[in-house]
Amino acid sequence: MVKYFNCAASLKGTWDQVSQAFWQRYPNPYSNHVLTEDIIFREVTPDNRLISRRLLTKTSRVPRWAEKFLPGHMARKAYIIEDSVVDPQKRTTVSFTWNITHARLMSVQERCVYTVSLDNSNMTEVKREAWISSNLCGFSRAVQEFGLARFKSSVVKTMKGFEYVLARMQGETPTRTLAETATEKARETALAAKEKAKGLASHAQKKQYVAMKTLIPTGLNTSALEP
Amino acid sequence: MNSVGEGCTELKREYDQCFNRWFAEKFLKGDRGEDPCTELFKKYQSCVQKAIKEKDIPIDGVEFMGPNKEKPAS
Repeated sequence: MVKYFNCAASLKGTWDQVSQAFWQRYPNPYSNHVLTEDIIFREVTPDNRLISRRLLTKTSRVPRWAEKFLPGHMARKAYIIEDSVVDPQKRTTVSFTWNITHARLMSVQERCVYTVSLDNSNMTEVKREAWISSNLCGFSRAVQEFGLARFKSSVVKTMKGFEYVLARMQGETPTRTLAETATEKARETALAAKEKAKGLASHAQKKQYVAMKTLIPTGLNTSALEP
Repeated sequence: MNSVGEGCTELKREYDQCFNRWFAEKFLKGDRGEDPCTELFKKYQSCVQKAIKEKDIPIDGVEFMGPNKEKPAS
């Protein structure tokens, strides 16, 4: 089972500007979870499209309680591949991004298409689609829900980061005020607390699950136990 | 931004600078002259590919746009 998500948004900037910002996105004040960024393949095709592969290391975005399913040394990191095709004739950029580690636990695949906005050529339209799935027996639905919620909040950060880099490129002072920074911090703290509470709840739930598993024979369909 | 290879960040920075300039001033304008960043890219790649092997990052055989192929067209 796969969760599907899509949304569209506009960025203030011509397609050329957004394309340049695409390569200068990191770091920005909203990308603290991005630890490293590398281009590991790049080529211009005979028909003049730029194809690139970017490798990113991000802090692991799995629930606390799910970390126990990960190999210890990798628990806090995930490797992400982002492949992209920039077509300057058609003025379209397509990117496809997915995690290459922890994919059994949670797989997030995202496609973004950047085109010139039809209403205003000074704006760029971003169409985003995502597919989120998990193969974790008995927990897949919980992980998917978690993944979707996390994904939605990360889209907000991605767009804010993009806007920040675009504004900086266009010579404006990015509009991130101190007040906003403070609010953001408060929100993150609240989120962390909520996460912790959820973690505790899931832990309790898992205990119950384990208890039930010991009572019932293995090999049973455990979907009824899913939250 | 840091490279995944601790020793590659400076090479990456030099390449990025060259690339961003070429991308904005040549590529987007349809200018298909010689790529001035080839040498910098080679140096950077020999560093980062070594780091990827050392860290066992599983990129071998990962097809370009891999999972996109199974998805419906947008």
